[in-house]
Amino acid sequence: MITIELPRALGAHVNGATSLHVEAPDLTVREALAELGRQSPFALDRVMNEKGEIRQHVNLFVDDENIRFIDGLDSHVSDGSTLFILAAISGG
Amino acid sequence: MTETGSPRDSEVLLLVGTMKGAFIFRSDASRKEWSVEGPHFRGESVYSLFHDVRGGRNRTFAAATSPHWGGTLRTSDDLGSTWSEPDQHTVRFPEDSGLALAQIWQVAPGAESEPDVLYCGVEPAALFKSTDGGDSWHPVDGLLHHEQRPKWMPGAGGLCLHTIITDPDNAKRMLIAISAAGVYRTDDGGHTWAPRNVGVRAEFLPDKYPEFGQCVHKVVHHPSNPQRLFLQNHWGLYRSDDWGENWQDIANGVPSDFGFAMAMHPHRQDTVYIVPLESDMFRCTPEAKMRVYRTSDAGGSWEPLTNGLPQSDAYETVLRDCLATDSLEKAGVYVGTRSGKLFGSSDEGATWSEIAGNLPPIVCVKTAVIKK
Repeated sequence: MITIELPRALGAHVNGATSLHVEAPDLTVREALAELGRQSPFALDRVMNEKGEIRQHVNLFVDDENIRFIDGLDSHVSDGSTLFILAAISGG
Repeated sequence: MTETGSPRDSEVLLLVGTMKGAFIFRSDASRKEWSVEGPHFRGESVYSLFHDVRGGRNRTFAAATSPHWGGTLRTSDDLGSTWSEPDQHTVRFPEDSGLALAQIWQVAPGAESEPDVLYCGVEPAALFKSTDGGDSWHPVDGLLHHEQRPKWMPGAGGLCLHTIITDPDNAKRMLIAISAAGVYRTDDGGHTWAPRNVGVRAEFLPDKYPEFGQCVHKVVHHPSNPQRLFLQNHWGLYRSDDWGENWQDIANGVPSDFGFAMAMHPHRQDTVYIVPLESDMFRCTPEAKMRVYRTSDAGGSWEPLTNGLPQSDAYETVLRDCLATDSLEKAGVYVGTRSGKLFGSSDEGATWSEIAGNLPPIVCVKTAVIKK
């Protein structure tokens, strides 16, 4: 099982939950996000733009690794791991 | 602008977009006392607002952009008490376009004869159309696939389509402005678009008068004389009397021909308001005086309007959509600054007062007059 941790702003649109659990032994980040989109189209639309890219000021971590520094959307989320979706530092 | 009923039955909405959300100010026709609600969409920039009463609607549109979660066009049918929150962004580029929405810069009504039509101007520069009152949107392909698009260059605000002008007599004719591509016009309902920039200067290019590439900041016109257009350029004030075929300089007596904002008088086709700024390197009000300028003779001359506006230490910046008029008989004029000050005049600019002084940076000011 893998876990997807959502920021509160998005959790409000996933039945109020900030954690999702996906029964799968191993998924890519892309596959995990597709599962997020099935459960909450709203959340996925806020994380990815229409080009299928992660929005500029959103960070995704598999456990403590930023996916930008591993294999991006092809990074693996293994059984027992957590995919964190986080609002990056931005704004003024 | 929207006009309904007599002044006694009227309520004026002042829709103010800021970098931290939207505020809705409301007043009776005297426009002396204002109530305010907001911020709506806390922490999101709101570069465009529009209130639509056509087709029996009473719908407010707000283009709110979250720094994290993207731009969403939201609607409210109860003056901001509740807002739509669509699962999927309704204004979005087709997957095969290779483009992604950065920001909605303008929401504007279609021609008078098409009450269910609205347009959105967005960044990267494109025009979206709705034919169902704003529920769904699709890109205008003729502009999306324009042959000159690869050569369009963004200004400081990004490659944005920020101005949409329709022809009240001909729904197939429209004019749009893009920074920094210039003015384009269609006469066939959006299938083809031709640049209309003859006479408009591009100070920042080797060729000062190119076919396209101008950094047009705002264009306005009056529906009773639609072919007469007024243009505030990145350096330059212009008028066209032929739907943009040719432009002539009308910077007669202004302290600077640089500026962003421009607003049309609701009833007088030769009266236009601007806020000149000192140079593209400084972009503040000249001599640190907050002055709205008005022409009443189609640009033959301009007069400063200062009564009630700060005339010392006023280093203000007024952006392209931060100057607006309302549609009451004695027109209200409103101006919002990047320092969060909102000024209003209920007598066409003769006298001014501060409506709010400590808002977040203001990026859009729009009005509507509705029935109470």
